[in-house]
Parts: sequence; structure tokens; C-alpha cells
Amino acid sequence: MEPDRDAIPPDAENEDRRFFLKQSMFIAGLSMAPADFLQAALAPDDGPVGNAVKVKLSLTVNGKRKRITIDPRMTLLDLLRENLGLTGTKKGCDFGQCGACTVHVDGRRTLSCLTFAVMQHGAKITTIEGLSDGEKLHPLQEAFIKHDGFQCGYCTPGQIMSGVACIREGCAGSAGEVREYMSGNLCRCGAYPNIVDAILEVKKEGLKV
Amino acid sequence: MKPFQYLRPKTVQEAVTMATDNPEAQYIAGGTNLVDLMKRGIASPSKLIDINHLPLKKIEHRYDRLRIGALVLNSDLAQHKAVLTRQPLLAQALLAGASGQLRNMATVGGNLLQRTRCSYFYDLALPCNKRKPGAGCGAEEGINRTHAIFFAGNGFGGIEKSSCIAVHPSDMCVALTALETTVVINGPDGERRVMMKDFHRLSTQQPELDTNLGPGELVTAIEVVDNAFAKHSHYLKVRDRASYAFALVSVAAALQMDGGRIWDARMALGGVAHKPWRYWSIDLMLRGQVPSEKLFREVAEHEMEGAKATAQNAFKIKLASNAMVAALKTAAGIS
Repeated sequence: MEPDRDAIPPDAENEDRRFFLKQSMFIAGLSMAPADFLQAALAPDDGPVGNAVKVKLSLTVNGKRKRITIDPRMTLLDLLRENLGLTGTKKGCDFGQCGACTVHVDGRRTLSCLTFAVMQHGAKITTIEGLSDGEKLHPLQEAFIKHDGFQCGYCTPGQIMSGVACIREGCAGSAGEVREYMSGNLCRCGAYPNIVDAILEVKKEGLKV
Repeated sequence: MKPFQYLRPKTVQEAVTMATDNPEAQYIAGGTNLVDLMKRGIASPSKLIDINHLPLKKIEHRYDRLRIGALVLNSDLAQHKAVLTRQPLLAQALLAGASGQLRNMATVGGNLLQRTRCSYFYDLALPCNKRKPGAGCGAEEGINRTHAIFFAGNGFGGIEKSSCIAVHPSDMCVALTALETTVVINGPDGERRVMMKDFHRLSTQQPELDTNLGPGELVTAIEVVDNAFAKHSHYLKVRDRASYAFALVSVAAALQMDGGRIWDARMALGGVAHKPWRYWSIDLMLRGQVPSEKLFREVAEHEMEGAKATAQNAFKIKLASNAMVAALKTAAGIS
């Protein structure tokens, strides 16, 4: 089912509303804000609201609804790390080449460094912090420990988020398949054989991921 | 990064109006290339039109063709039943590109519009005619191992000083070119259709333009007409590592066979030119023939006659030739 990205943020505060109205009018006076943009500001329930300086959005991170005001230039990665304090997701290259920033957006593995947070208004995000069940680690986390699937550990959150998705997608049938479908996650320590073993074991045991 | 205003239209018309009214605006879909370009200061739109909420996500078979919405994700397209059964060449090409994460983000329209991966284009300290027209081409006398071997017209013709020797990076577009896909475009003057061969541009003039899209125009869908290539098609990608790398050379080969003979053939190459490179005379050369390595070798050598190497990429001529033979053999089912 299509996630409802235009869902109404239920608890818009009047203070914020006034702030955005004011900001919008300010921008409208400065440049040529289109009329529909002003309308959007008057009805903040309809998508993220704001201007070139600040936008207000709402998204669900690890099951918790977050309402945040940010600069529209902020990537989802920076939002998670800098604003929400979820530093499990790592910034590697910041250009979509290494996979360290992999999170799940509406259930799909995604590079959080290559998407603006404002584009994810209404989305459900899962990070490495949201994978375990309280103190109980996710089976793939356990398997990474068992198989020594890391050395320095910097790429590990991305590897695990990608690995979970890889199993869910049905692309972990063989070592060759895992290597192909995990190729977007680089590991400079070279823990690849152990990462492949960990993923294959979880897949083979048929554990719920 | 330059500040931008974020806009989220709900209809194609609204999006096109926003883009037409704001020449400095850019559409964004998956963002896998544009966010990268914005971070580096190569793209700096004042308004970002997020088209992800437009109703362009359908894949449907109607009459004689598969119509694929511009916002269909590469990963969804690659595993869609209608694509796997009717156009397996397209699915193969999609899966040869990028990574699981990127295919989950990248859209059909964005894949068509992705920009070159030439390192001179991405390095603001070095000259690049595509990034800054008239600045010169750093690759021409520089590191050009991955660059083009076909340039103008049918492969004959030189490189001009104002030009660009970068290659188009897409795998999907190579398959779409071989499959003679139509691109459906909506713009300020309504809807129009462009064949793949006319969608991307060669670089002899205005290398800053990758495509023939006009101001405000938006790709809304692609259409692949039914064909008889499903049983005998193959996408072969040759790259520096086994996965997750752009093609040095890629080949999309599609044959229609019956009674041990070839009755129709299409082929396109990737990684060799500023646009997906269509091999036009293959149909004439192969029609009615019994497939053999010797025949495919002749075809490949004929195609490479127009190739022109730069200082570092002469290997691509031999590589492309061998890749064509290998792809055609696999497509034909001969060893």
C-alpha cells in the first residue's frame, strides 16, 4: 500500500503556525513566492510547510512520531544524527557511494545521505537503533557478532540494515547472490566473507527478520 | 549548498507550471544524482520541485505496449512480472546498475536524466565544457580511460574543442535504446513523444545539454512496444569490479530467432558515447543468417570501424568488440 505521505500532522501548534505564516509572508515580500505556497502556509496540514530557510515536517522514526523544524537542505542522514541524536547511522562518503548511511524508508533500504529530510515528510524510518527488540538484538546483529562481521565497525550499521533488507527482498539465496545484492555496502576492513556468512546463516535458519 | 524553496505539487500540470514559471527550479524524484550534484555545487536550483507525489507510478500493459510511469522505482521495475516476461532485457539492465539501495530510490525518469560520471564534470577545480560551456575539456588531454570512443553521427567525425568526451552512465537507457522505447513528455505545450534515439544528445554542440527536453518539460512515462525478443536477449556489462560500478562497456543485444535463423536484431552499446549508442545496421547484417561466432565477429568489427580512441581508452575498442560477440552468442544461445 502507498504510505500516506500527505498525512496531516495532528498537533500543529499555533505558535509555530504564526511563525511560519510570518516567515512565508516575509519571503513572499522578498521574492516571488507562488500563491499556492502561501496557501500551503495557511493550511499547514498539507505536506511540509515552510520556505527556503525553515520547513516543518513530520515523520516516524523507529515507531515514534517526530515533528521537526529544519533547513530544507538537511539530508535525512543529518536529521537523524544531528537533530534526533541517532548516531548509529554513519556518515561515510556522504555522496551515496559507500552504504554506511543505509536506513529503511517505508520498509525499503535507502541511502539517507542522498535524500533531503523534507522529502521524507510522512515516511516511516527505521534505523539501526530501531532494529533490536529492546535489549534483545536482532538475529542479524547476533549473527554479525558470532561471525565477526566487522573490524572497525564503522560500516556495520549500514551493512546490517542492508543485510536485513537483502534477506527480506529474497536476495540472500547464495553467497554469490548476497555479494551481488550487498555490493552497495563497502567495508574497508574487508570483513566481507564474515558478513556474507552472517547473512547466509540468518537466511538459512529461517529466522524472522 | 545554495538555499532552495521546497515545493510539492500534486498534479503533473501543477509541477510543469511551477517549473515553467521558475527557470531556476529543478524537479527532484529519487535524488540519487541531483542531491549529489547539489552538495558539490554543480546544481544549485532556487526551487526544488519534489515530484514524488505525482500519479506516475503505474506499470501497465495496454494494447501493444508496456507503459511505465516515470516514478516507478528501478527495483520495482526490475522485478515486475510484465517486464520479466515481456522485456527481460530491461530487467537485466536495471539489475546490472547501481546497488540495492540506489535502485530502491532511483526512478525511471531520473535514470533517463542522470548526468555523466566523468570526474572532470564533478571536480569544480578542473575545466569541463559540460559544467561550464567554453571552459575546455579536462578529459581530452587528461585521464580519459573511461571516456567515449564514438562521437558524432554514425561514429565518423572528430572531437571539437567546445565538446565533451564523457559517456552516458545508464544501463537502463542502453536496453531502452535497443528496445526502441518511446519517452512520453509533458510540458508547457502539452504532451509529446520522443523516441529514445532522439531523447539524448551527442556532444558536438552544447555539451551542457544531455537531452532534448525543453524548459519546464517533465518525463511522465516510457512505452516499450511488444516484440519477439524475450527469448533471445542479453545485457552484458563489463566493468572494473564485479558489481556496483559504471560500465566500461555494456551491450544490450536482442534477437528474434526461428528455425535456427535470426529474423530480427537490435543492439545498443553503453559506456562508449555521450548517449546510448545504437547499432543501426545489425538487423540488415543478421537477418536470415544462422548464428555463429564468426558471423557475430564480423558484425562487431563492422560496428567498431567508426570508433576513435583517446590516449588511454584504445582498449575499449577491442573490449566492446568482444563484448558484442559474447552478448550476441548468449542471446542466440550458442556457446
